[in-house]
Amino acid sequence: MPAQFDAARTSRDDPASDRVGTGGALVLRTRVLDADDVRRALIRIAHEVVERNHGPDDVVLVGLYTRGPAIARRLAGAIEQFEGVAVPVGALDVAFYRDDIGLRRIQPLGPTQIPVDITGKVVVLVDDVLYTGRTARSALDALTELGRPRAVQFAVLVDRGHRELPIRADFVGKNLPTAESEDVRVQLSEIDGGVDGIELWGPDTGMPGSDARSGGSGGSGR
Amino acid sequence: MKHLLSIDDLGRDGIEEMLSLAENFVEVTRRDIPKVPALRGKTVVSLFYEDSTRTRLSFETAAKRLSADTMSFTVASSSVKKGESLRDTVQTIEAMGVDAMVVRHSSAGAPHRVASWTDASVVNAGDGRHEHPTQALLDLLTLRTHRGPALDGLHVGIVGDVRHSRVAHSDVKAFHALGADITLVGPPTLMPESLEGWPARVVYDLDDVIGNLDVVYLLRIQLERQSEALFPSLREYTARYALTAARAKRLRPDALVMAPGPINRGVEIAAEVADGPASVITEQVANGVAVRMAVLWSLLGSGGSIV
Repeated sequence: MPAQFDAARTSRDDPASDRVGTGGALVLRTRVLDADDVRRALIRIAHEVVERNHGPDDVVLVGLYTRGPAIARRLAGAIEQFEGVAVPVGALDVAFYRDDIGLRRIQPLGPTQIPVDITGKVVVLVDDVLYTGRTARSALDALTELGRPRAVQFAVLVDRGHRELPIRADFVGKNLPTAESEDVRVQLSEIDGGVDGIELWGPDTGMPGSDARSGGSGGSGR
Repeated sequence: MKHLLSIDDLGRDGIEEMLSLAENFVEVTRRDIPKVPALRGKTVVSLFYEDSTRTRLSFETAAKRLSADTMSFTVASSSVKKGESLRDTVQTIEAMGVDAMVVRHSSAGAPHRVASWTDASVVNAGDGRHEHPTQALLDLLTLRTHRGPALDGLHVGIVGDVRHSRVAHSDVKAFHALGADITLVGPPTLMPESLEGWPARVVYDLDDVIGNLDVVYLLRIQLERQSEALFPSLREYTARYALTAARAKRLRPDALVMAPGPINRGVEIAAEVADGPASVITEQVANGVAVRMAVLWSLLGSGGSIV
């Protein structure tokens, strides 16, 4: 199973990821969520989104590249199943709003596509991993130029802690305390191929799993 | 990539990456607020030693939509009139602190020289008869929106004054890099002296190929060259090489009509054809801003992701 996780498409190499890894080979620590866990977490988040907003009517789901749009589509699919309403789904690229332009390589990851006017709506931003919060901050700036939502909420599959900005998620699939030296690898079938899953990778200490939870003294989710 | 001086700086992969990037900026330019903060704090100066409206305005619009500061330099209102050399001008402007120089000059190779004198990034906005790489990129972007990313086997006819045209030079390289077949059309006096280095064939009669073209690209007849007697008269040129309404009827139904502008209505293209359904000339202008945003972002913001 771990062999399915191709290093070339992990979050550390993802141009949207907030930090670059510490270098050196990482080894699999834990398989945090399997495909069924991911499915259940997304169905729960879908219910929470509808419950929080007293129905799906004003909700617009906006995914942040690379994996956010796919997660947003899955949430919309779930909401349609139990509410019978097709919630609009958009995709947002935040490259031009990042605060580290000029500090490292940055390219847009896909076209921004918001199918409806978001002014007056409740926009739920959707991403796979919440880490430093810098991508979310960029997303708030990007949204501002597209309209004035009544409210903006944030849904993530994994919150791994280590925030550098006053940002938190409203809906969380899994709170996962991590060390900064570790790497959370998300695999979604429609983006990455294979089966869904979330894994925690870390430096090879010679003692597999021995320090998977150490060093994470910074925030551990909400 | 530090500079964009020639289409050769990109190659096929670089061209395709730049076009994909430009598609992101097309989306930005269609927004109610068509502006992103990507190049805040950067300064782009346009250094134009030759008349131009669309190219200079297009670059300046692109820079502003990326939130860069812009400065503009045109020869008519500058110290060049007082005898300042190109090199001194470049060094003076550099001392003010600029991140990119967009250079147009009547001498081929001038942008290359500028690049050797400055730490700023240099973009060639047209140098003599040599190259005009951003024009080629915007032409390709326009083609791509109609024909998809692969141009393999697409038959492009470039009509007119190929010999004196930097647009033709860059376009032939760029279209060829993406797999198009190119036919140059015009009187022998307006064809290159030698076809060496031109991956194209030459036809002297537009009517021989007009029905086979997927794209008709009409170069501007440079009226200022008329004194060189390269063709007998404008009327004769129009009769043989213009895309008249009658010739346009022989185009394939899905053929596209392109021109780099400014166009001479009634000379190389009939007014009703320029404004007709096959014409994508105004799309080319709109795409020019997006392409130049992509180029400036690649040079100044992306951290060198392309090439």
